[in-house]
Amino acid sequence: MAKVEMTINGRSVSGVVEDRMLLVDFLREERNLTGTHIGCDTSQCGSCVVHVDGKAVKSCTMLAAQAAGSEITTIEGLASDGELHPMQAAFRDNHGLQCGFCTPGMIMTAVDIVNREGADVDEQTIREQLEGNICRCTGYHNIVKSIAAGAKEMGSGMKEAAE
Amino acid sequence: MYETSYHRADSVADAASKIGDEGKYLAGGMTLLPTMKQRLAAPDTLVDLTHIGDLKGVSVNGKEVRIGAMTTHAEVNGDAALQSACPSLAKLAGGIGDPAVRHRGTIGGSIANHDPAADYPAAMLALNATIHTDSREISADDFFSGMFETALNEGEIVTAISFTAPDKGAYEKFRNPASRYAMAGVFVADHGGDVRVGVSGAYSNGASRNSEMETALSGNLSADALDGVAVDAGDMLSDIHGSSDYRAHLVKVMAKRAVAAM
Ligand SMILES: Cc1cc2nc3c(=O)[nH]c(=O)nc-3n(C[C@H](O)[C@H](O)[C@H](O)COP(=O)(O)OP(=O)(O)OC[C@H]3O[C@@H](n4cnc5c(N)ncnc54)[C@H](O)[C@@H]3O)c2cc1C
Ligand code: FES
Ligand code: FES
Repeated sequence: MAKVEMTINGRSVSGVVEDRMLLVDFLREERNLTGTHIGCDTSQCGSCVVHVDGKAVKSCTMLAAQAAGSEITTIEGLASDGELHPMQAAFRDNHGLQCGFCTPGMIMTAVDIVNREGADVDEQTIREQLEGNICRCTGYHNIVKSIAAGAKEMGSGMKEAAE
Repeated sequence: MYETSYHRADSVADAASKIGDEGKYLAGGMTLLPTMKQRLAAPDTLVDLTHIGDLKGVSVNGKEVRIGAMTTHAEVNGDAALQSACPSLAKLAGGIGDPAVRHRGTIGGSIANHDPAADYPAAMLALNATIHTDSREISADDFFSGMFETALNEGEIVTAISFTAPDKGAYEKFRNPASRYAMAGVFVADHGGDVRVGVSGAYSNGASRNSEMETALSGNLSADALDGVAVDAGDMLSDIHGSSDYRAHLVKVMAKRAVAAM
């Protein structure tokens, strides 16, 4: 058994888990953060994407023990004070989801894309960077539109904060 | 996943002392953990190399490049010094898997694993790289010994790779439409008129060089120089994704594209 301590969505948490426990199972089963989904067993679908120390990773392909000492952000950690994160709002406004199963992973990947590529990220880059996220419903078109819109919104938020 | 025990190593010596007979080193986990989830591997111990500082980072000194084993694909892709010394390798790293895989997967893990479809092994061969371990140095030519096989001994740790940057280089791959791994990936590097060609994805014994192409290109570095080269389908993988004839054809097309891009 491993004692793991980490920060999840700004709160310090700890637990004693089996060494083989995956981070996604720790989040879902131990912390009740069921927004992070499991859609495959081949590390390909991306519905489990969370941020570990600020970077998008597949939480189904990392042990909870590997994440000990890290800062984790899950989909539940994006909204603040009851206000959706601009990327969440953009998915709602642009019909970026149908069944919603892939959406938490899409949004966590989308925020990571904007963090790396900036608010003016172009469509081609968005499409390339969605390589690791699979959606069975939408055909991706509105997801790409949502991300471009969310990126712009995140950019103006950053500018306001700087002023 | 079968039961296992996790150990976070703080030095190479610590890692080597913990591995035991049935343990495995855990790098990015992008190959090992999916394999364990499918119960195709059941190491009793996982020794995590992530927190060993000595194993991380890219250093470039003129044309001499050294990359620590635990450097992630994203770090190789984004390294400014490497982008100017050997842009083809930085670009290759940015084409592996997807952003989340690139945030965790490492160059050391990729070459130690020697998946026949992995991208780095072709580059290591074409760049005439040296693989550094905790006990010796191995040339890439001697390192990749067969599909999923390398010259590494039990418990030996890859610590870094190094090479002299070529005058020019390029990598082109044809992705499997579903898995996105290379169905054929060809790295061509020009070392002062001496051209080396490394091929991933296609050969049944794993990453290999193609000496006929090397000879044809060494006198004449142009895509046309490959017209007369016959790629032997007998050496190629054949599976549900593509026949050996198809792969032999792809190798030639990817090689031509790589030369055209140089
Ligand atoms: C969805 C997906 C898509 C992918 N697409 C591609 C692709 O397009 N191209 C490609 O090349 N790869 C691809 N990969 C594989 C990826 O690049 C892996 O990161 C890589 O193959 C293994 O590196 P790792 O650091 O994750 O190693 P791990 O999975 O941690 O380890 C792999 C093996 O190497 C051993 N090992 C690791 N490090 C060392 C070391 N320093 N010394 C000795 N032994 C060591 C481990 O014990 C294990 O047996 C993909 C993976 C996924 C999940
Ligand atoms: S559940 Fe993690 S990639 Fe599919
Ligand atoms: S909205 Fe249903 S899987 Fe993407």
